Amino acid sequence: MEEYRLEVRNLHKKFPGVYAVKGVSFQIKPGEVHALVGENGAGKSTLMKMITGEYTPDEGEIYHNGKLLKNRSITDSQKEGIAMIHQELAPLPEMSIAENIFLGQEMMSGGFLNDKVMNLEAEKILKEYGMSYGPKTKVGKLSVAQIQMLEIIKAVRKNADIIIMDEPTSSLSDEESQILFKIIEELLEKQVAIIYISHRLDEILSLANQITVLRDGEYIKTVPATGVTKDQLVEMMVGRTLDNIYPKESVEIGDVLFQIKNLSSQGVFKDVNFEVRAGEILGISGLMGAGRSEIMNSIFGIDKYDSGEIILEGKKLQIKSTKDAIDNKIAMVSEDRKLFGLILCRSIKENISLPNLHKYHKSLFVNESKEKESVKQYKESLGIKCASVNVNVGTLSGGNQQKVVLAKWLLSNPKVLILDEPTRGIDVGAKFEIYKIMVELARQGIAIIMVSSDLPEVMGMSDRILVVSSGKVTGCFSRDDIVSGRITQKNLLSSALQEV
Amino acid sequence: MKIKKLNGMEFAKKYGILIVLIIMWIIMLSVSPTFRTTDNAVNILRQVSVNGIIAIGMTFVIMTGGIDLTVGSLIAVSGVVAGSILVANPDNVILAIIAAIIVCGFFGAINGFFVAYMRVPAFVATLAGMTIARGFAYVYSDGKPYTLASENFSLIGKGSVPIIIFLIIALISHIILSKMKFGRYIYATGGNLKAASASGVKVKAILLKVYILGGVLAGIAGIVLASRTNSGQPAVGTGYETDAIAAAVIGGTSMTGGVGTIGGTLIGILIIGTLNNGLNLLDVSSYYQQIIKGLIILGAVCFDIHSKGSSR
Repeated sequence: MEEYRLEVRNLHKKFPGVYAVKGVSFQIKPGEVHALVGENGAGKSTLMKMITGEYTPDEGEIYHNGKLLKNRSITDSQKEGIAMIHQELAPLPEMSIAENIFLGQEMMSGGFLNDKVMNLEAEKILKEYGMSYGPKTKVGKLSVAQIQMLEIIKAVRKNADIIIMDEPTSSLSDEESQILFKIIEELLEKQVAIIYISHRLDEILSLANQITVLRDGEYIKTVPATGVTKDQLVEMMVGRTLDNIYPKESVEIGDVLFQIKNLSSQGVFKDVNFEVRAGEILGISGLMGAGRSEIMNSIFGIDKYDSGEIILEGKKLQIKSTKDAIDNKIAMVSEDRKLFGLILCRSIKENISLPNLHKYHKSLFVNESKEKESVKQYKESLGIKCASVNVNVGTLSGGNQQKVVLAKWLLSNPKVLILDEPTRGIDVGAKFEIYKIMVELARQGIAIIMVSSDLPEVMGMSDRILVVSSGKVTGCFSRDDIVSGRITQKNLLSSALQEV
Repeated sequence: MKIKKLNGMEFAKKYGILIVLIIMWIIMLSVSPTFRTTDNAVNILRQVSVNGIIAIGMTFVIMTGGIDLTVGSLIAVSGVVAGSILVANPDNVILAIIAAIIVCGFFGAINGFFVAYMRVPAFVATLAGMTIARGFAYVYSDGKPYTLASENFSLIGKGSVPIIIFLIIALISHIILSKMKFGRYIYATGGNLKAASASGVKVKAILLKVYILGGVLAGIAGIVLASRTNSGQPAVGTGYETDAIAAAVIGGTSMTGGVGTIGGTLIGILIIGTLNNGLNLLDVSSYYQQIIKGLIILGAVCFDIHSKGSSR
């Protein structure tokens, strides 16, 4: 048999003015996981788009099972057996699981759809993959993990022998990730090759056989996963050594600034109590779906709450809308920056000034020079990389987009800053910068609440950690506990798993 | 060399649709002697002014991600309301204008209420509004046109007055969108309703105001038309919404919201006006005119999308 499932030789792709991918070569054997790492903008997506046929390389060749691939579309690639599971899935929520699985290859009988057979077949497949749903369940009811699973099932059914997974675990809980890993193992046994893109290096080290590192479009190295450490990988990705991934500094912690008392929302969270001091970073840990984001959304006025008190500087607040929260100097960088954070089709400037326009009102009109001045100031201080502040936010990388969201809230001079998954989907370099910004804000006396699923991040950045499980606070740990090593990731996880 | 090329692309991206208009003008100028006259240019502007005023309102609405199908009917509503007052007393010009605008603004408010607060899709809400407003115009006028004999009122439609009204509205609208908080909030609401709301923008109030504005502008357009024709008729304005939508879209307003300019819509309405006028001058039969118009609208928008896409 052919030696490699996929071989890319010296691939180049140039966009006006810049190389997106420059001289990348690697090989993948059947039954192997090949991980691709690099900061955002390193060229991973462009590389994948060349493999799936969406882009044509300017130079270089791609061989699939020893056969040279050229001039093909995404559909051709899918027929050839190259499938991609996208980072942002686009399911058809109103279709049933069975309809989804058989989409494009429906079973027919005499010119009509044979739903009976398809449902039976789908039921068999679902059992095989350990999914407890019936074939007639609407896809819209499934969790992200299950939809991902469905995509994988579809790919395998189309006899894909190369499956590309782009950040598959970024929206999965730990438990769901484990299920995914098991499926990956099964795929490998079937001699499928997997290209695995992820920012989670621990995951990659345990999963991958080979790791290819890209930086700024350039091919750095392909290394076997067994012969490399996490630090070495990070170093290769950023091209420098990061002494400390978490630049936490102790700053003077002041009085209690913000208090939540017995906050409840029926069926979502119950009797939540906590306080944050000026200059303190309060980490909120817990599993996906534990109610962390829901609590924050209620505090910020996106969702309603049934009872309880929100107290800022001793004054009880009535928060009925986000405007109330903003007027009271509460700001929130939400979990989903594309849904709640940014207006992608508008400029950096407009996005940053949106909640702050009242500051630039001169009579009837917006004082644009003043507006531009402050926007530029934040662009500089946060290091937003862009050609100009008039560029659409949608064209920026994830890290820069997140900085725009931060800038818009910093401009509002918040007293309380809620950060929900502030570094999700962001590369190592940008993460580090965001951590540094957090430290600086704490130094200025802002009370910071950081919700994060990334345990090392919570432990590395927080002064105090609150664990939430099933809508209730189930644990509280101090920085001393963590620094001294009395509390480990394991302890946090076990309180997150605590049944209430 | 390289810089020049980039500038060319930037130019095409920014002015793609303007290039289409200029090409149309060049063609018309070279083939039709009548088109070259100043009179004809003024004529085109006068012809587009009613549609142009509606198209501006439509631009606001589309920019929020919605659509307003009521505007054609509101032209009739405006005409009959003003007409009834003027027939009773030809000197009540101001009252007639204000009443017509208020009634149309009220219809806009109903649209806005259902879209923003009842979450009815704009297409459905304004489709219903369209037939209700048309019915209202017929009921109000008992199906008969009002023939107007008010000297002062007819001044509104005389000479270049409609053009001036149209251009002033365009200028004010441009300032609202580019210089005022309200404009920013419209862009933000249309671009991402949830994110705008999470930034403290009162999105429902913005939507309501935008639909009221659409109604008010349709009311003004109705007055200009009534004055030009010296009559308030319940049957006028049918299908006017299509040209208004076409103008906004040709001008680069995004149907999904968040993107668009008054300048673009101005070019869009001029393209439509030039087409109507040019095809008449060239003696193209009105049956063919419709086909050609549709094709040119498609072609213009394709050109625009393509010139934007190429720079990606």
